[in-house]
Amino acid sequence: MTESTKSPVPPRKWGLPFTVRLEKRLVQPPRWYPVMISFGAIVVALILGGVIMALAGANPFASYAHIARASFGSWGVFSDTIVKATPLILVGLACSVAFRMRLWNIGAEGQFYLGVFGASAIVLLPVLPADTSPWIFIPVMMVAGMVAGAVWGLIPGFLKARFNVNEIISTLMMNYIAVAWNNYFIFAVWSYGGFQMSEMFPKTAWLPRISDLAEQIPALRGLTSHLGLIFGLVAAAVVWFIVYRSRWGYEIRLIGDNPQNARYAGINIARNTILVMMLSGALAGLAGMSEVTGVVHRLQERVSPGYGFTGIIIAWLAKLNPLAVIIVSILFGALILAGREIQPSGIPKMIQGIILVCLIASDFLLHYQVRIERSPEEA
Amino acid sequence: MDLIIILQAGVASGTVLLFATIGELLTERSGVLNLGVEGMMLIGAMSAFSTAVATGNPWLGLLVAMIAAGLVSQIHAYISIHLQADQVVSGLALTFLATGISLVLGEGLSKAGTIALLPNFSIPLLERIPLLGPIFFTKQSIMVYIGYLLTPLTWYYINHTRPGLHLRAVGENPAAVDSQGINVRGLRYLYVFVGGMLAGLGGATISLAVAPGWFSELTTGGQGWIAVGLVIFAQWNPLRAAFGAYAFGALRRLILDIQGPMMILGLRNPFYYNPYWGFFLQMLPYAFTMIVLVIGSREAVRKRLGSPAALGLPYVRGERGG
Repeated sequence: MTESTKSPVPPRKWGLPFTVRLEKRLVQPPRWYPVMISFGAIVVALILGGVIMALAGANPFASYAHIARASFGSWGVFSDTIVKATPLILVGLACSVAFRMRLWNIGAEGQFYLGVFGASAIVLLPVLPADTSPWIFIPVMMVAGMVAGAVWGLIPGFLKARFNVNEIISTLMMNYIAVAWNNYFIFAVWSYGGFQMSEMFPKTAWLPRISDLAEQIPALRGLTSHLGLIFGLVAAAVVWFIVYRSRWGYEIRLIGDNPQNARYAGINIARNTILVMMLSGALAGLAGMSEVTGVVHRLQERVSPGYGFTGIIIAWLAKLNPLAVIIVSILFGALILAGREIQPSGIPKMIQGIILVCLIASDFLLHYQVRIERSPEEA
Repeated sequence: MDLIIILQAGVASGTVLLFATIGELLTERSGVLNLGVEGMMLIGAMSAFSTAVATGNPWLGLLVAMIAAGLVSQIHAYISIHLQADQVVSGLALTFLATGISLVLGEGLSKAGTIALLPNFSIPLLERIPLLGPIFFTKQSIMVYIGYLLTPLTWYYINHTRPGLHLRAVGENPAAVDSQGINVRGLRYLYVFVGGMLAGLGGATISLAVAPGWFSELTTGGQGWIAVGLVIFAQWNPLRAAFGAYAFGALRRLILDIQGPMMILGLRNPFYYNPYWGFFLQMLPYAFTMIVLVIGSREAVRKRLGSPAALGLPYVRGERGG
């Protein structure tokens, strides 16, 4: 694009004594500016969401107060918020690393489900007997979940690299296939006593929780946060290092910014497409593993209330920065936790949608500045 | 399991995909990629059904669905055309938003009970054609017949009319169109709106004719995404889009019906004796969409066909690459 100071949008005249003019930014705005814009977008989104709630007959003030109270009101509920945020951090990272290469992996949901399946298979096949030490059990389940998720990412990655198949559609289709795949095992193979769920995993296959320490420190009783949070934090640091400090990350960013230049620089785009999709799938798979071993403790339907899709919004809100993903995930964890009891039940999903729309709309302000000028007097 | 009945029902359920696919095709031909089809279909299905419940008039429901989905599509139009944001993310955002809104406003609709649906009828004379008559012209919903008309009309419009020429040009070379004094942005807004209306019509076809009712997100069950995939398979050609839509409709119907009979072609029906294999049947439409995409992409490379040249790019006067 040629840099130009000309207005891309013709100045508007509404019969006002001034004109609103949009100009392309020539200098980088200060660092705090994008944060403020995103924050403003969220505020606008919450107001719009409130208006729609009011139109639908709900009370927006009561809903928002409820969300705040039910997710940050005490250490107990904050711990539950962290539990919801844990898978979101991992799927948020999965999406952000793929989006960095402008690879639209919309399939984190399906990769999450395969992670659930992979970890469950270790217990239910069984690969390891129930009395295995957690020191062996948990790492093996992690690997299984990540491998299963990576395979689910590999398929659309390969189709994209080899046949130029649009990854948006293929990853989405893989989501539906993943749900049906898991359902087959839930209903037909590992059904427990005719119920639509497997038997409970042995305790050795549970991720340790903070409340496990309650015998020594009674204050920790009832805190459900589990080891998965550590997975998320470590993964965020690893992804940050890969993207910003490694040669591979440099290639990923170069392809994302300008694939033409990257090709001229001799970077193998097909290979990176497959590898990034596998990394993304592995992160989402780890999220599924963490959820099934840390929270659900059995294979069942609907382990995810759409975490994979929320991950897309989180990645975008965090501006693809792995460390910002953590903070944004906690906010969305709160929304999902508190949203369970809000009626009508679609409200959390709708608020997420409004936030994403406002966020994308607000990106405009990063590239253009609004200038209000006094109109020259009409001759 | 009667093959004629499956194909007959397949044509009906393919009509849903047909509307959504043709709508997205028109939008993409103007150079705007709108991934919000799934959400707009849900808005259409929800508003059509709730209008029909409230007024008892399915025709009014149809109208409201088209207007509602068309209006929702303008959010994407504004963000991608005026604010020049990334169209992929904007379309995804539209799907999230529209899905959420339709869940909130559709709360409780699933218990609404029976309503007046759009009429079904047979076409005299045509219904007596052997084979084709029973499949295409017997006791079909009026929406199916509208679909038959829409396909050739769209094809003719795009390829043989003056506004159709402008549509193609806006998607291929907006700068040239602009220099002819045609309003590039205005046309794009228009075709995003048309795409939204047709997606809404597709949604309304589900809730008022093909599979009546409101079942929250399961009402569409990913058909909007299949429609986006079909546009690629169709190489942006409405006739191929119709073929793909009806084929997928028949496949969806076949999957539902194949588990019924004990015997197929004189053999034991494995899907009857292993009902859980149904989960693998459920995967088929989605797996086929991916196969169809591979076919479409390979063909595009071989015939040097491609998407509209300006697809996904915002147009800014005086800038290169727009």
